[in-house]
Amino acid sequence: MTLTVNGQPHSVDVHPMRRLLDVLRVELSLTGTKEGCGEGECGACSVFLDGKLVNSCLIPVLDAVGCDIVTIEGVSSSALQPIQKAFHAAGAAQCGICTPGMLLASLELLGKHRKPSMEQIREGLAGNLCRCTGYMRIFEAVQKASEDA
Amino acid sequence: MKMQHRFVGQPVPRVEAVSKLTGTALYVDDLRLPGMIYGVTIRSTIPRGTIREISFSDAIPWHEFTMVRAEDIPGKNIVTLIFEDQPYLAASRINHSQEPILLIAHPDKDLLTKARKHIHIEYDPLPPVFDIDESLRAETLVWGTDNVFKRFTIKKGDVDSVWSQAAFIVEGEYSTGAQEQLYIEPNGVIASIETDGTVVVRGSMQCPYYVQKALMALFALPAEKIRIIQMETGGAFGGKEEYPSMLAGHAGLLAMKSGCPVKMVYDREEDMASTTKRHPSRTRHKTAVSADGRLLAMDIEFMIDGGAYATLSSTVLSRGTIHAAGPYRCDHVRVQSTAVATNVPPHGAFRGFGAPQSLFALERHMDKIARVLNLAPEEFRKRNLLKTGDTTATGQLIKDPIDLPALQSRALSIADYESKRDRFLRENRNGKIKRGIGFATFFHGCGFTGSGERYLQSVVELEAQTDGTVHVMTSMTEMGQGTTTILSQIAAESLGVPIACIKIIRPDTAQVPNSGPTVASRTAMVVGRIVQRAAADLKAALAKPHTLPVRIRAQYQEPPGVFWDDQQYKGEAYGAFSYATYVAEVSIDTLTGSVQVEDFVALQEVGRVLNPTLAKGQIEGGVAQGVGFALYEKVEWRDGVMANNQMTNYVMPTAVDVPNIRVYFDEIPYEHGAMGAKGIGELPMDGPAPAIVNAIENALGVPFNHVPLLPEDILPAIQKRSAA
Amino acid sequence: MRSFVPEFALTTAKDLAHALHLLSQGTLPFAGGTDLMVLFNAGKLAPSSFVSVRKLPELRGISMSPEFLEIGAAMTYSEIRHHPQICAEFPLLAQSASWTGSIANQNRGTLGGNIANASPAADSSPVLLVYDAELKLISESGERWVPYSQFHLGYKAMTLQKRELITSIRLPRDQFAAQYGRKVGTRKAMAISKISFAATSKPGAFRIALGSVAPMPIRCPKTEQFLASQKITHAAVEEAKALITQEISPISDIRSTRDYRLAVTQNLLGEFLESLL
Repeated sequence: MTLTVNGQPHSVDVHPMRRLLDVLRVELSLTGTKEGCGEGECGACSVFLDGKLVNSCLIPVLDAVGCDIVTIEGVSSSALQPIQKAFHAAGAAQCGICTPGMLLASLELLGKHRKPSMEQIREGLAGNLCRCTGYMRIFEAVQKASEDA
Repeated sequence: MKMQHRFVGQPVPRVEAVSKLTGTALYVDDLRLPGMIYGVTIRSTIPRGTIREISFSDAIPWHEFTMVRAEDIPGKNIVTLIFEDQPYLAASRINHSQEPILLIAHPDKDLLTKARKHIHIEYDPLPPVFDIDESLRAETLVWGTDNVFKRFTIKKGDVDSVWSQAAFIVEGEYSTGAQEQLYIEPNGVIASIETDGTVVVRGSMQCPYYVQKALMALFALPAEKIRIIQMETGGAFGGKEEYPSMLAGHAGLLAMKSGCPVKMVYDREEDMASTTKRHPSRTRHKTAVSADGRLLAMDIEFMIDGGAYATLSSTVLSRGTIHAAGPYRCDHVRVQSTAVATNVPPHGAFRGFGAPQSLFALERHMDKIARVLNLAPEEFRKRNLLKTGDTTATGQLIKDPIDLPALQSRALSIADYESKRDRFLRENRNGKIKRGIGFATFFHGCGFTGSGERYLQSVVELEAQTDGTVHVMTSMTEMGQGTTTILSQIAAESLGVPIACIKIIRPDTAQVPNSGPTVASRTAMVVGRIVQRAAADLKAALAKPHTLPVRIRAQYQEPPGVFWDDQQYKGEAYGAFSYATYVAEVSIDTLTGSVQVEDFVALQEVGRVLNPTLAKGQIEGGVAQGVGFALYEKVEWRDGVMANNQMTNYVMPTAVDVPNIRVYFDEIPYEHGAMGAKGIGELPMDGPAPAIVNAIENALGVPFNHVPLLPEDILPAIQKRSAA
Repeated sequence: MRSFVPEFALTTAKDLAHALHLLSQGTLPFAGGTDLMVLFNAGKLAPSSFVSVRKLPELRGISMSPEFLEIGAAMTYSEIRHHPQICAEFPLLAQSASWTGSIANQNRGTLGGNIANASPAADSSPVLLVYDAELKLISESGERWVPYSQFHLGYKAMTLQKRELITSIRLPRDQFAAQYGRKVGTRKAMAISKISFAATSKPGAFRIALGSVAPMPIRCPKTEQFLASQKITHAAVEEAKALITQEISPISDIRSTRDYRLAVTQNLLGEFLESLL
């Protein structure tokens, strides 16, 4: 089967029920997407599927065929993107394990709400658990990113 | 007057952040080694008994698997820590559900998953003990001769001589439940054996040297033959202080037997069910108070449930004991504490390490006493808070020019405490939502207790390179708290070089000296101080004629006047205390009993704040964990095992649940801490639970004396009150 | 990940006929996967063959006729909660969709999947009950409409035959004087419900439905009939609260207790009724 990941086609030969998370991390060596719970609760495995935030631990790879998949690697480039800069300045990444998912969730949020209220920020990030920060630095980062945009 | 530094005290952005922001930081599960296979642990499904038989279903090609049992262990089948009681693998006797029995490994992860379900173990069960009181009765012995891991007694003055003089005697009983650390990255390691027989373990951990020491005994190998490398670690909070030794041992045994690198990464369910949690506690207070609201005597009984093996229970008990009487002046104090054994998976280190438990009890009790005296809680505390020149329960003289009443007042003022309290009192007469405000004033000892730091003899090395960089070598691990940045700032500041010139070497026992474990809020204050000294020494060495590279070694120097009596539990318990008052504002929906923390003020005095952004992040994160400890995180025990071991059912606060946390710092530089810093990592764990429960009592007029406090506990009390 | 992947099979349906044929052979439908994959990851999903029906046009789309709103069974919570007509006329459904899981889960989870998973704690179920929803079930041998109130037969038991596929859900358009929906979970977001409550009222007609207080989502006919025959006074509210306790059978489980569920059910009913006073 062919998967389009970060704009590139990849041919993979895997069982159709293999989790998209595992195919990304193992077959495609894109380890930026993380496994935190395997239940769709923590959001560490967040990726974009056809432009929408999803938990890749809950997606069988067959279901991702023909879709546009974007991971943290696809969002990053040689220079930090505005949302990443905002996270950096605010100290929003501590241990970093939730950060890729949190960044993608922030991008989805800012895509829907250019200048989100605090309530919208909280709701938009509710599916991404962070045990280190208490979320406050992350809220600040998202607010800053929306102001700068 | 505050000295302005170039780096220290500045919000220097986290130096290792870019890899975390781009998803390129390498955590253990991101790494694959050539020829690597996967291992899993087969665990007990009963809490106590003996193994009768292990059988293997025909459905699996077992000859393809590597298997390790207790009898395969080359050295000692004991996880080195404090007591020698916990085996890596149970040979016959089972003392807790989830106890490791057998290890299996295979290159095919799928087959491994299938094989796991095809091993059948039969047991002869024995009656388990799950309860502190049952354990103390010692009718069923589950550990040693009396089920007691450790006892401590703190005696100051003579409490029994005071009761008759007291105007009031106030008693109370308080308890706290187990709490799961819930780092978002589960425990994991990769073990491999080099051609020369060196065991190499890479993994998610806090203390590479603890793991090295443990594996030396397990494999009967010298230190040079055990190499432990910490990888990027996705949160730890104490949950990766001692547990990695067990996991590293398991993976190492499989690696040795198979001849292949072995990866063992727990899934969330296994991690929650089988690794350590915060010790549940029960505290009883009996306090004598004078008519004018002064503490005359504090008689405290503090108990913790250690689970099936001793692990760190004695040191958790120690810290909880020393903090039990809090930052208050009292001439007569007795603390009697006990850590007991039960048949649940052993409890272990979790941020705060005994202090959140005993301080919860104390700060609840202080509000109770205030009520009995008909004094405002802030006024009662003010009359009793330690002042410079007073001594703590262990007789430690408070030398800092700390003004705790002023700290407390400032926090209350920032939180608008008085006017909110008055307003809520009025508004709570009507309406379905009741509001309340409460606070806690507390302290946290920084660094290892008493002679602990001296015993550790921590070492740090710095080396100036030919390329102009300076390598800083310590065993202090980055797990999100900011080690890498803080140590870079300290080194850069002391050397007078840009931060970019500092390279913090990854904690690898082959590359860095033993600076002690990354625990006890000691990284900045204690080890940072050694780095500061080493940097100054290096600067001096570079000012003289030299040839690069130049290496400097520095060792821990105990501050003068630190005397700790381990037998009597008297003296200077800690080099320094950090102090705080936390204020919580809550709203309670009386229809559902749900509590929302609406606003949270955290004011602390922590010596010099080395990096305001990182410090804020530490406090905010700790407060959020404290909110979880108070209101959300309940371990549901069924037959001695955690039944709600999924993130769906063990709930931590989400972005929607966490309150607005407002953080403020006071700074009184501590002369023996790095650039004046004290510890901050664990302090924020101590305040939220009592502040929140005090606020709930303020809102509802109902006292609750345990955490976690769920709506299921609150609603019946609300209904009883309105029926009355 | 605790399932042995080789024991499972998954194909994508070419079209509805293909899907129905596979269903007739014992294959199970797979939509958003937010329930099935959780079980799969936990090693609790029985090894089966699945067919992905998520993209079938017959299961997609939201259409409005003079009588009904019809929602394709594979519409996601995100699509439902943001749909203007659903927000306008069926606000309880939009609300319950916004309360289910996280944004990421809402982007995948489907209404049909939620119904077919038949959890007594499903967020959409009480709402579908008070909106008098009907389900369209299609198999190789034909199609039928089933009132949602007759769909659940007991704990995790449905009138859905193995070979049948839920293709759409239709809600009769109606005018309500009042609508009320509330979910009480373990925390404010990403929570499985401890109690979920939905109610509508019109002059002389009440509909009250609950989740998580019985083996399946339920209406409360005794309470409804009582309220329909009364003038709503404080006394009537108290009597209704007593009546509803006879219609629910909550249990104590890993998330909550029987007593709590009983008490909160009464309190939510009280909150709804008091808003009408």
